[in-house]
Amino acid sequence: MHIPDGYLSPATCMVFGAVMIPIWATASRAVKKTLSARQVPYLAIGAAFSFVIMMFNLPIPGGSSGHAVGGVLVAILLGPWAACIAVTVALVIQALLFGDGGITAIGANCFNMAFVLPFVGYYVYKFISSGSPSGSRRRVIAAGTGAYAGICAAALFAGIEFGLQPILYHTANGQALYCPYGLKVAIPAMLFGHLLFIGWVEVIVTALVVKYLQKQDAVFFEGGRS
Amino acid sequence: MTLTRKLWIGIGVLIVLSPLGLIVPDHFNAGSAWGEWGLNEIQSITGYVPQGFQRLSGLWKAPFPEYAFQGLEGKDIFQRSFAYIISAVSGIAIIAGVAFLIGKVLAKEHD
Repeated sequence: MHIPDGYLSPATCMVFGAVMIPIWATASRAVKKTLSARQVPYLAIGAAFSFVIMMFNLPIPGGSSGHAVGGVLVAILLGPWAACIAVTVALVIQALLFGDGGITAIGANCFNMAFVLPFVGYYVYKFISSGSPSGSRRRVIAAGTGAYAGICAAALFAGIEFGLQPILYHTANGQALYCPYGLKVAIPAMLFGHLLFIGWVEVIVTALVVKYLQKQDAVFFEGGRS
Repeated sequence: MTLTRKLWIGIGVLIVLSPLGLIVPDHFNAGSAWGEWGLNEIQSITGYVPQGFQRLSGLWKAPFPEYAFQGLEGKDIFQRSFAYIISAVSGIAIIAGVAFLIGKVLAKEHD
């Protein structure tokens, strides 16, 4: 889901960069209010977790591959704004050092994976788990469902961003200037792999860690933390 | 043992296992992720290289593209796995460091 350089037009990249600036600013303010000093190591672990889980590429039938993101888990544990910051740090380092995701696409990639993914996942989790005891099974199911919804929503947005390119940017004879596939190809392609395969990897990883942490330190799930 | 230490051990286990992210797709002959094709791949898929793509795709030369070291791309899976693990360790060191600093700057002094 890391859009490389060249797939999105410079204008598209600037739009997403411009959209992310207030999101990052709000994230800083929100985290300033809610993150306690003793949660700081967990922010670092969350960013590290997201980075390393994204290295686990898995084959998707049909010849492509994909990976989980781990951002919903961070959102459940530290809140969606903290997750936004943690995943952003991972994505920026991935782009700069490892060429995973484009420099010009950092705004779009952060929008999909550091904003849409943790927020959709977090609110689905909140909705399903609300009122349930911190050690309950409902909370594990809520975490898994949130994880699935989050990564699939992010894939949908990536598909839309890819798919808009040939409609907006093409030569006079119809050749695409950037991503060559339109919405009818890009959206199903992005959704297929994530709805059927990668989404479930995100579910398993998220649910397992939530279950483990329920046993270790249920304070993570005692509400109040946002 | 503190919970943070346990979680760091978990991250360590993931680092050691990370070459699976290289080996498993290789084993099934899986290609790139959708929409992450390189210049040659996109040429063979669409029959042409989009002009804007050609202009932008080489914009940034990452020092360790695809979590590998220059010169190791064609080498055997052990060397590539080694590079992958080194990439994971160094990436995590930087990312955890940056996230920790950001957290320190932002977090409240008291609970």
